[in-house]
Amino acid sequence: MTIGIVMLVHNTLDRAEQVARHWTAAGCPVVMHVDMNVPKKTFAAFQKSCSDNSLIVFCKRHRCEWGAWGLVAASQSASELMLQNFPDVRHVYLASGSCLPLRPVQELIDYLAARPRTDFIESATTADVPWTVGGLDHERFTLRFPFSWKKRRFLFDRYVDLQRRLRIKRKIPTGLIPHMGSQWWCLTRQTLSAILQDPERETYDRYFKRVWIPDESYFQTLARQYSSNIESRSLTLSKFDFQGKPHIFYDDHLQLLRRSDCFVARKIWPKANRLYQAFLTDQAGAMKKTEPNPGKIDRIFAKAVERRTRGRDGLYMQSRFPRHGNENGLTSNPYSIFQGFTELFEDFEPWLAKASGARVHGHLFGPERVEFSGGQTLINGALSDSAKKRDYDPQSFLTSLIWNTRGERQCFQFGPADTQDINWLSARDPNAQISVIAGAWAVPLFKSNRDFADIRKEAALLQKIESDHLEILRSVWTKARVRIWKMAEFVEAPMEPIQTIVDEIGPTIPRRLSEAPTMVDLTGFGQFLQNLKNQGMHPYLMGDFPVEQAPVNMSRPSRKPYLVR
Amino acid sequence: MTQTTTAELDNLGWADAYRLRWKRRRLLWRSFRSRHQLSLVTDRTDQIKPNDVLAVMTQRNEITRLPYVLGYHRQLGVQHFLIVDNDSDDGTRAFLTEQPDVSLWHTKHSYHAARFGLDWMTWLQIKYMDGHWCLMLDADELLVYAHHESRALQDLTAWLEQQGRHSFGAHLLDLYPKGPLNGCSYTAGEDPVRALPWFDAAPYRAQRQQPLSNLWVQGGARERMFFAQTPNRSPTLNKIPLVKWNRRYAYVNSCHSALPRHLNSTYEGPGGASPSGVLLHTKFLPEIVSKSAIEKQRAQHFHTPSDFDDYYDQITESPDLWTTNSTRYTGWQQLESLGLMCSGGW
Repeated sequence: MTIGIVMLVHNTLDRAEQVARHWTAAGCPVVMHVDMNVPKKTFAAFQKSCSDNSLIVFCKRHRCEWGAWGLVAASQSASELMLQNFPDVRHVYLASGSCLPLRPVQELIDYLAARPRTDFIESATTADVPWTVGGLDHERFTLRFPFSWKKRRFLFDRYVDLQRRLRIKRKIPTGLIPHMGSQWWCLTRQTLSAILQDPERETYDRYFKRVWIPDESYFQTLARQYSSNIESRSLTLSKFDFQGKPHIFYDDHLQLLRRSDCFVARKIWPKANRLYQAFLTDQAGAMKKTEPNPGKIDRIFAKAVERRTRGRDGLYMQSRFPRHGNENGLTSNPYSIFQGFTELFEDFEPWLAKASGARVHGHLFGPERVEFSGGQTLINGALSDSAKKRDYDPQSFLTSLIWNTRGERQCFQFGPADTQDINWLSARDPNAQISVIAGAWAVPLFKSNRDFADIRKEAALLQKIESDHLEILRSVWTKARVRIWKMAEFVEAPMEPIQTIVDEIGPTIPRRLSEAPTMVDLTGFGQFLQNLKNQGMHPYLMGDFPVEQAPVNMSRPSRKPYLVR
Repeated sequence: MTQTTTAELDNLGWADAYRLRWKRRRLLWRSFRSRHQLSLVTDRTDQIKPNDVLAVMTQRNEITRLPYVLGYHRQLGVQHFLIVDNDSDDGTRAFLTEQPDVSLWHTKHSYHAARFGLDWMTWLQIKYMDGHWCLMLDADELLVYAHHESRALQDLTAWLEQQGRHSFGAHLLDLYPKGPLNGCSYTAGEDPVRALPWFDAAPYRAQRQQPLSNLWVQGGARERMFFAQTPNRSPTLNKIPLVKWNRRYAYVNSCHSALPRHLNSTYEGPGGASPSGVLLHTKFLPEIVSKSAIEKQRAQHFHTPSDFDDYYDQITESPDLWTTNSTRYTGWQQLESLGLMCSGGW
């Protein structure tokens, strides 16, 4: 008992011949179907070069086109010839010219001999699997497809539309339940001959001739009628990309294919010399008796498909430049923006770096320069501190910074005096953690030694900018984790919010903060705000500060860090 | 809301579309006229077989770079090079005539006036490259794509075609040495990446330009060093070097953008990432220092050459481009993980 190989060939005939000789060397007869589109001359030469091998025979040629009946007709003719010419064939294996056996043929023969009644054919009902690419699933079986999808796409689409609109439906022959699956199967003589010699075959053939992509459904459906034992999987390893086209295996996949333990793989690139050489000559391999294990290949190709269809979050580059709203992640990693903290606390940046373990920058969008942590002028990936370059495209500056510091949490200070162009980006970004102490911009003004007229003007401007920013942060499009406190409310109990923020950042073990940052002395701040009000400029973002005395915990001028229990 | 970063490719009115059609025709006509400026030196174009991958190049005095560049791309699978020699005087012509797979043309005309050689090259493309995959190169560029050590250019182009793509974009990545520019040594035929192993991994920024819908990518080392104060003027880094050519196609601005517009959609959005490569730019070999003085004199590069005098002056001073944040080139896998190119699921 042996297996017979039905091989559908349409190009790279030399490779097909090489593989066919490999099969026959192990005693497996091969029936070749050569596409009618191959020129007569080429075909004759091919037939002649194979003529010395009695196990290679050629069947009647059909014109094959992707998605059309020809491929099924070819499989039928070739299978009939196989069953008729080689009576000791028990399993028939359908392969293409670009299939390559990965394991010694004898192993496949033994494997099938141990399962004499099993049909290996992937076969699932359309309702249960999301395989189809391009939208036609059940309609493959209920509409008519007289026009070629490849050559007459327009007519194809229009005719499908028309049938949908007129609600025309074909009747599926009684008893048939449409199934689909990989077109590469391996059937037993019993099942295959039952399909081919069915008295109803005429009816079925007529029906399937107008089904869309019948080679993925004809045998898959009919095998369900006759087989006593279907293993719904293909023995041929075949992966598909996001367009539903087969992935191609190249020389560099050699190790991957070796480890897959699959019997046959497609589609092999015809110029992959190393693959052909390795798998067609390497017969010495010990009998492994292992089950095929395509898991690793599955993972690699699933990753490739994802890379193609989704890309990497937060990466903007020449071949990934998503349009607004379609970014799949605006930035690559979480980061934190602090507004008003460095104004309110004297040593906030070094304190935060210590408490959170993150990299804490100053005002990255400051007007003078980009204040990288530690006063650096260049950081990861050669991002420079030039404010001019940053302001040329601030959003790209931010996404680029986050992308290039992957693996390290970034924190930076922000304020109404900074470049504001990133406000929408950061607000829409779920990776952003934005904490705002509203009105804290007034503290440096309060501490400054400037003319009050200047201060008043500046305060009005900053308040306007910050209030616009807060409006963005409160909008319905905001996806960042936003926390906003009025300054008055914040200074009442600063540690609790800070603890929450740091816990959220921290990859470090959650712990109570033992040391608090030192708050600036706010004595007289209430009076300062009152002076602004008296000048007609009403600072409202920070909330109400009493004029007379500073808040309770501010009354101590103590510089000593206090402990929180 | 933020400004829209990209625009759909197909939102062009018929009037604009028609204007672009005429622009393309005008470019093709210019190129057709420019054929008189070329005189044939060596014609081996009869070697060109259907489906060959061809390369086209304009160069001047590149004898140090050419041996490696030709060898490198030959190994990738370029079967024939069509080269315009813009009046070299350093033995380049003799070298090129000896190459078995080079067809050579010579011209004394202005590189600047011929749209930086584009007119000449477009004419060669019209005449010889219809239906071929065509690689447009400069002598200081090395193409890198995913798996390029194990898969040939033909494998790439066959796969692109299977995906229904007819163009392949690449990012021009400036390589530089550690130390002053004229401090390293390089001999002809050697791998220039060994002399210039460093590059800037970031920052690069992009915007979509209308009406051609091409991307405009800028940034990197040259901007950091020479255009920090004028980022709008920093060099364009996006290229579309590999195109399945049709004689009615035309590059508009070097190979940064092309007509018809669909060639520019090497990224079609949304979300995913298309296949793309990198052109390693070996401009900063030691000879750049002396060459810059000459190029400043010749004023053949850039749209308004006088704007770039500063740039040449700075290079002539042989600065050090290296910083502690420079990245050392190790291979295409590195470029992909840094997000400078993408295998696109290949």
